[in-house]
Amino acid sequence: MNQQQALILQLVKKVSKKDSSPGLDESLFESGYLDSFALPDLVAELEEQFSVKIPDSDLNPRKFDSIERIASYLEERAA
Amino acid sequence: MIGCEVDWIRSVSGIEERRFAADGETTSLMGLQAAKRCLQQAGVQATAIGYLICSCGTSERRFPGPAASIASALGCGEIPAIDLPLASAGALVGLDLARDLAPRYGRVLVVATEKMSSVVLTEPMERGVSMLFGDGAGACLVGPEHGRLQIVDSFIASDGQFADDLALPFGAPLSMNGRSVILHASRKIPRAIGSLLERNGLRAADVASFVMHQANVNLIWKVADALDVASERFFTNIARYGNTSSASLLIAAAEWMETSPPEPGEHTVLTAFGAGYQWGAMLLRAV
Repeated sequence: MNQQQALILQLVKKVSKKDSSPGLDESLFESGYLDSFALPDLVAELEEQFSVKIPDSDLNPRKFDSIERIASYLEERAA
Repeated sequence: MIGCEVDWIRSVSGIEERRFAADGETTSLMGLQAAKRCLQQAGVQATAIGYLICSCGTSERRFPGPAASIASALGCGEIPAIDLPLASAGALVGLDLARDLAPRYGRVLVVATEKMSSVVLTEPMERGVSMLFGDGAGACLVGPEHGRLQIVDSFIASDGQFADDLALPFGAPLSMNGRSVILHASRKIPRAIGSLLERNGLRAADVASFVMHQANVNLIWKVADALDVASERFFTNIARYGNTSSASLLIAAAEWMETSPPEPGEHTVLTAFGAGYQWGAMLLRAV
């Protein structure tokens, strides 16, 4: 796990209020780490912690369904 | 009826009861009842209505929608009567249109009527969607003269990129990507309210009450939190009716006016979000 993935994991644990850790490619929705109401909180945390503005056009829940997907999306935004 | 635990439904949506129309009770009939009650309370004759707008996403026919039927049944004469098949944000969009139409046509009657049971309680039924919706109708009169509330300003927007995330296709059940809906609504609604208030020199803290489309009580609390205002300032009645789509805003507004009418000078914000996506906010001032 790299530094970026570790920070994403930290944010997922914060918004899900869970101590356990999901796998990098584990669905955050299917495994219960995220639900409809935690997702907006996670997106807000990602924007703040990674200093990135996520446009509405990118607000597709699938982009945020695993730590790997979130990391890939943030890398795309940074590119 | 749909196989979900009552406590679970309450915790994920705030819904405790819902109302369902009888088999022969159409959207037109429900809208007519709401319209009659509205005119009675306002002391206005049907012949004094210059325009009728009806929001309905669950009309029994592709066309015509309920607008013209309601206008005729009320005795409005041959006035313009248009349908807005927008679903949840329809009443707010109707009020926004009425605001602009009133100086030209005089009193505009905005009706919102929805028979959600006709589309969510038929198989194949998705329990997580079916348990949210109820039937209902509401109405509001908008006139060029001052009434009990003045429309100060309004903001309406749309974003068609996610049209498939909340849709009622022909011959298919209601399709809803709840994660997408909540994600977009929880960001777009506070932003719309913020923009509306900012251009009117107000802050959320200056608004006495908020009346929002009754989609889900957890979404309402999330919007309150984003605006940093106490949740008590958001009127809610979703516990008794469920999500009645576009009707919910006018039903909630009517009950809010009955139970906690604003003092003269106080500001209120109406807000809604729904399929399209369509959303917006309206600033009112009590006269």
